[in-house]
Amino acid sequence: MNYHDPHKPKHLADRFENKHAVPNGASAVVATTETVRVTTPADIGGMGHRMKRKEDPRFIQGKGRYVDDIKLPGMLYMDIVRSPYAHAKILNIDASAALALDGVVAVITGKDLAAHNLHWMPTLMSDTQMVLPIDKVVYYSQEVACVIATSRYIAADAVEQVMVDYEPLDVVVDPYQALKDETLVRDDKELKTNRIWHWEAGDKEATDKVFAAAAHVVKEHIYLPRIHVASIETCGMVANFTPATGKMQLYMTTQAPHAIRTVFALVSGLPEHRIQVISPDIGGGFGGKVPVYPGYVVCAVASLLLGKPVKWIEDRSENLTADSFARDYHLEAELAADANGKITGLRVNGLADHGCADAAANPSKFPAGLFSICTGSYDMQAAHINFDAVYTNKPPGGVAYRCSFRVTEAVHMIERLTDIMAHELGEDPAAFRMKNFIPADHFPYKSPTGWEYDSGNYHAALQKALDMIGYDALRQEQAEKRARGELMGIGISSFTEVVGAGPAKDYDILGIKMFDSAEIRIHPTGKAIARFGTKSQGQGHETTYAQIIAEELGLPMADVDVEEGDTDTAPYGLGTYASRSTPTAGAAAVMASRKIKAKARKIAAHLLEVSEDDLEWNINKWQVKGSPEQAKTIQEIAFAAYTNHPPDVEAGLEATDYYNPPNLTFPFGSYICVVDIDKGTGEVHVRRFVAIDDCGNIINPLVVEGQVHGGLTMGLAPALYEEIVYDENGQCLTGTFADYLLPTAVESPKWETGHTITPSPHHPIGAKGVGESPTVGAPPAIANAVVDALWHLGVRHIDIPITPQKVWQALRDAGVTD
Amino acid sequence: MIPGAFDYHAPGTLSEAVTLLRQHAGDAKLLAGGQSLIPAMRFRLAMPPVLIDLNQIEGLEYVREDNGHLAIGAMTRESALEESGLVQSRFHLLADAARVIADPVVRNRATVGGNIAHADPANDHPAVMLAYGAEVIALGPNGTRAIAIDNFFVDLFENALAEDEILTEIRIPTPGANSGGAYVKMERKVGDYAISGVAVQLTMNGDTCTSARIGLTNVSPTPMRAKQAEQLLVGQVVTDERLEAVGAAAAAECDPSPDLRGSAEYKRDVTRVLTKRAIRQAVERATS
Ligand SMILES: Cc1cc2nc3c(=O)[nH]c(=O)nc-3n(C[C@H](O)[C@H](O)[C@H](O)COP(=O)(O)OP(=O)(O)OC[C@H]3O[C@@H](n4cnc5c(N)ncnc54)[C@H](O)[C@@H]3O)c2cc1C
Repeated sequence: MNYHDPHKPKHLADRFENKHAVPNGASAVVATTETVRVTTPADIGGMGHRMKRKEDPRFIQGKGRYVDDIKLPGMLYMDIVRSPYAHAKILNIDASAALALDGVVAVITGKDLAAHNLHWMPTLMSDTQMVLPIDKVVYYSQEVACVIATSRYIAADAVEQVMVDYEPLDVVVDPYQALKDETLVRDDKELKTNRIWHWEAGDKEATDKVFAAAAHVVKEHIYLPRIHVASIETCGMVANFTPATGKMQLYMTTQAPHAIRTVFALVSGLPEHRIQVISPDIGGGFGGKVPVYPGYVVCAVASLLLGKPVKWIEDRSENLTADSFARDYHLEAELAADANGKITGLRVNGLADHGCADAAANPSKFPAGLFSICTGSYDMQAAHINFDAVYTNKPPGGVAYRCSFRVTEAVHMIERLTDIMAHELGEDPAAFRMKNFIPADHFPYKSPTGWEYDSGNYHAALQKALDMIGYDALRQEQAEKRARGELMGIGISSFTEVVGAGPAKDYDILGIKMFDSAEIRIHPTGKAIARFGTKSQGQGHETTYAQIIAEELGLPMADVDVEEGDTDTAPYGLGTYASRSTPTAGAAAVMASRKIKAKARKIAAHLLEVSEDDLEWNINKWQVKGSPEQAKTIQEIAFAAYTNHPPDVEAGLEATDYYNPPNLTFPFGSYICVVDIDKGTGEVHVRRFVAIDDCGNIINPLVVEGQVHGGLTMGLAPALYEEIVYDENGQCLTGTFADYLLPTAVESPKWETGHTITPSPHHPIGAKGVGESPTVGAPPAIANAVVDALWHLGVRHIDIPITPQKVWQALRDAGVTD
Repeated sequence: MIPGAFDYHAPGTLSEAVTLLRQHAGDAKLLAGGQSLIPAMRFRLAMPPVLIDLNQIEGLEYVREDNGHLAIGAMTRESALEESGLVQSRFHLLADAARVIADPVVRNRATVGGNIAHADPANDHPAVMLAYGAEVIALGPNGTRAIAIDNFFVDLFENALAEDEILTEIRIPTPGANSGGAYVKMERKVGDYAISGVAVQLTMNGDTCTSARIGLTNVSPTPMRAKQAEQLLVGQVVTDERLEAVGAAAAAECDPSPDLRGSAEYKRDVTRVLTKRAIRQAVERATS
């Protein structure tokens, strides 16, 4: 056991050696370091350079081009009639008054769509979802009819004139109630039940045995509330069908343009080569722009039927009340430990509330996403997870909101349980974690639920966080404050992420394997364009992909333009979500570059009149071994590729790669949060937050920090502020930003970030994903800090969001007031 | 979030505005900073057929001291209050409030007149003006009149102005010697309306409070004074026990409704806590 006493910081180098074999059998050393590797000069700007983003000048100047910036001649506007009921029969829809308004072109209802068999659509999880209803509505704010008009204002006026007669039905909001099947959400289904799926992972028998033998068991009901990605840009589309050519252009806010094109082709019957999906700049996606929403479908159908461009842009309330939600997991979780306080097992009963359709964006074989990563950073003998999913009268979803498919839920649960166990045993939560971590020399590590963690060094990351925040001094301060009756808490979260879906044998969406792609073309003058199957929504791909190519080929990153999002030009890929772009398309960029490098070698050999074997690569050129002054730069080679290439080699210098990752990557980190609590009002003030992330080799430290800052803020949000709330009638009470609370710079603490670097042994540049780690890791650090402040008052757990009222209630229950 | 159709007028003078108001009596709404009215219109909660924009009228943006009171022009932006040296040096209660109304972007547009005229108990100025015992100046077809703030808030979103009257100025009595004030607001995040807010303006004689007015934010259907709390405070030495009793009285006399900000019980208790804190702060300012 590689136990490190947190109170005795040793020099990092002592602990970082971590030798083991990589999964493919080749022997390698994955050592943890702190120094970002840089091999290219600044004017080339390859991996490791801390550079500003290439895309920012246009964004900062307001010159981004979003879907709502698209204006086409003769464009019509769509607006949507939405249900005021969460569950009701539709008796009649009368559109005559709306159609009588000047400028109203059409009102489209479910019946109109049914004539083309387009009133239902498949979800990404192969469930079905109404596009527009015919008989009944199943959630508040559901799309009921769409108005098409010559101006946005007329469309809005007409929406008020569409008369819909409803007969309200009983509503089921609570998923535990839904399990009783007294009110059926989906009577269209053959099986008359609200149950959607049952899923298990791990070994039940072995887990039960571990629990029977356990010296200590802690149990908690943990709820991860329904939340929303709340991207600043809402969803929207401009559909432009040209009858003369039969071509359908769809400008849309999608994170996965290629997959969407295929789904549109299959559902609509339009030939796929006549559909062009263009995803221009996107103002935040976070998973919410992966699914297909009814508005997109009707907008496209309207353009098809009318032969004119049609624009649909959601407003904020529509976005918050009707688009796919995230989380909404109820977890009954137990953790077992032996007499020495060593964790031995984990047992979970989960209930997933999917609303009216399972519209999660998971890989098809994973109904609960990658939730089974929930043994986290801890070495244990056995685990078993038992899950049910149900329909309720709420909007559909289960999107992976900045979380690689339900990892946020898993991490929150294990990190809360770990803290509860440490507190129950009277052990320091840091020391307890150190004792239970998977040791650095156990990687690659096979988890009890079947994952093979690629690399990790959890002790090093936590130790660095403890040192950075000054843990011992804080614990002392806490003790002094507690003696004076003041409330201060320290919370730790040592999370393990799983990102980069994924290997073709296990990962697909609607059957399409989850590879991703890169295509690089180098022009005669040595400038290049690179296109990808992914789609940036703020992640900085235009910068980081260019840096990867600069690293591999020695082309200055400024000379490499990155393009994504147009299905007519980009190679096919599954898109950007679940922190998969670097693990998949980033790797494809490396492989395509290496193909180009191999061809460049042939050309260089030809130019230098030597054998290929006599050449060696040096940053940006092929040079003759032993006489480096004889060399050809990548630019010279590119020019020759079009002007003087060898007779037996094709002209041009380009390559494409479709990368199938051999495994997922497992980023990790340790976060520590310090909170102060107001005894009078229950307010939680986050005083400090230290975040140490390990995402393997770093492509651009500035981009990583940016991702971490944003992600931490998005982790603070559900911890203290955000929740989609419904009343007992299924009405959404959080349809504006006055009620759905996004934290701002004022609420956010000064994020103190740092890193360790433990490369992925199977990724060609040793990188992992990072975009989601902070969103996944931050909430339990905050929740643990709050409970740490209140544990001595008998508080064991508070569900997020930890609102002032919840804390106030806990304080008053304990007889504490101001 | 697309408003319905409306006619738009932008008069250049107050008298034109009053004439337009009379012409469109009942149909017209005045547009000041638009930070309450325009959101309501975008949700079609308000669909006024006529808008009369006050932003082209000159001479309504000022903060100055006039014979014994602070005069604030109706169209004064919240950001101007926040930056006013006069307010910062002598009107601590108002200065406290100016920093916590909405967020800086909203404060650049929102006006003091609009904040009060809107008669929203969730707004911060009503409680502040109640605590100051301010006066509202209204201009109508027959000239101006002064309305005591205690008579101004009639009901939720309903004020004492006639249909053809415009609020032109707010007057706050200049605090005398040994006076102090404070505003303490609890909000869920910056820019949020209060869970509860307590405005206190008082005068001290040594340890004894000789006069006090307390206004409460967002814990009643109309902006309110905590009169029972005031009574328990005036004429008393401000001890911890006294503060507890005063806080408890404010908690008992307010009438909050439960919502996403919290239960009624929670809001009452927060009102108790904030009342104590606001009084402590006001006493400290009065006696230093
Ligand atoms: C995001 C957000 C957060 C906010 N948070 C807060 C907060 O924390 N605290 C707070 O106090 N306020 C808050 N507000 C409200 C803001 O301060 C409003 O601007 C204010 O309530 C109204 O002022 P206005 O100038 O914008 O008025 P408008 O919106 O233009 O008008 C409001 C009403 O007053 C009437 N009116 C305006 N001027 C006059 C006049 N001179 N005479 C007669 N009637 C008039 C209008 O006809 C209308 O009915 C917030 C607003 C927003 C958008």
